[in-house]
Amino acid sequence: MLKIRLIPCLDVADGRVVKGVNFVDLRDAGDPVEAARAYDAAGADELCFLDIHATHENRGTMFDLVTRTAESIFMPLTVGGGVKSADDVRALLLAGADKVSFNSAAVADITVVARAAERFGAQCLVVAIDAKEVAPGRWEIFTHGGRRPTGIDAVEFARRAEAHGAGEILLTSMDRDGTKAGFNLGLTRAVTEAVSIPVIASGGVGNLDHLVEGVTEGGASAVLAASIFHFGTHTIAEAKDHMAAAGLPIRPVPEAPAPPMAAP
Amino acid sequence: MSVALIDYQSGNLHSARKAFERIAAEVGAGAVTVTESPDVVAAADRIVLPGDGAFPACARALRAIDGMEEALQEAVHARGRPFLGICVGMQLLATTGYEYEETPGLGWIDGTIRRIEPGAEGLKVPHMGWNDLVLEQEHPLLEGLSTGYHAYFVHSYAMQVDSPADRLAHVGYGADITAIVARGNVAGTQFHPEKSQAQGLRLIANFLRWAP
Repeated sequence: MLKIRLIPCLDVADGRVVKGVNFVDLRDAGDPVEAARAYDAAGADELCFLDIHATHENRGTMFDLVTRTAESIFMPLTVGGGVKSADDVRALLLAGADKVSFNSAAVADITVVARAAERFGAQCLVVAIDAKEVAPGRWEIFTHGGRRPTGIDAVEFARRAEAHGAGEILLTSMDRDGTKAGFNLGLTRAVTEAVSIPVIASGGVGNLDHLVEGVTEGGASAVLAASIFHFGTHTIAEAKDHMAAAGLPIRPVPEAPAPPMAAP
Repeated sequence: MSVALIDYQSGNLHSARKAFERIAAEVGAGAVTVTESPDVVAAADRIVLPGDGAFPACARALRAIDGMEEALQEAVHARGRPFLGICVGMQLLATTGYEYEETPGLGWIDGTIRRIEPGAEGLKVPHMGWNDLVLEQEHPLLEGLSTGYHAYFVHSYAMQVDSPADRLAHVGYGADITAIVARGNVAGTQFHPEKSQAQGLRLIANFLRWAP
């Protein structure tokens, strides 16, 4: 049986992990590669690096981080931030990413996702949607770290992303991000019902019940959180125990003692 | 001793290379080379076809390398070198793929590649994440692994084998999804062993010691 994925997200700026509160106040939470190793050992199901200040100048820093991470951990890594073209996807896959996330570039021109999907397959393409509630039951996409409204309906855009070859949606509620008030479950449910690809719920996790709700009420295939893990409020194991106790299918931590590699 | 990872402009090559380099060093399997050279492939002791991508694009890219298919035939069938396909690299072993369009595969394992059906449960496609293996046969590639171990999958199409004898393991996702295949010196995993933490590295170690 397929398990619900628990994904710690590392927001990265200038080679360091940071975590914003509503994308404004940033706090340093350490070295990304060290954090990735710690999450690997702790039994996270995937990792996500988001380059939140993605600029041409610091692309090299991100490639280096991805390369160093892929050299030391053997679990799925999604990388996003500043991805503009199929060639950007190729470069990140070569550096060691397993999935690459489009955000603003896909909002500007969704066909970039289709071009990348044709070359690399839908399975490695994530479309990140940052949405704010603009009226009851209506969510609009914002780009550029939540500063720029687009007038685009988030649910409709999720459908278009799927039609253009996205393999997964990373759905962040801008209203909730950094608030610890829980996922926007209305938004999550609306998107998970609109598409047949997996949806990662993101934005607002403050306690372990929120992780459960993202799945049971939001219909998410995976839940993403940052600060509750980064600042030591909860461990991955505590989160998984809580989700399993709520009846969700969860990959146990630890899975089993690592089998010996040496020749018999 | 040498291990060739075929670069056909597709996929998460770096992850696969890092995992094979680490385990090859641990088990003494020699140098790991990422290559698009048919000569290197023909001379390798073991061959890995990693994969991430759409079946027709991958099949075209592999065949676009002049002499590669002949080099694979030589190494795998004439010289009996162990071969491992990963994800689309496994799917390419099949007779025919039906992703986007009908595309012939290598035809080394009788079967077809067809889209995963969401079914009555409304399953999400791609099948993405950790799923627990059900082992169906004993095999040197499975040493140290057992039913219930999780592996990391990410795919929208799956292999339907014509003969159950060619299938070593499956996972449940609506219908059974083929997880590991093997016939003679040819094997493949639908999941990504290089992304499946300790259990995946164990399978890689088994492959690098496999003497079919």
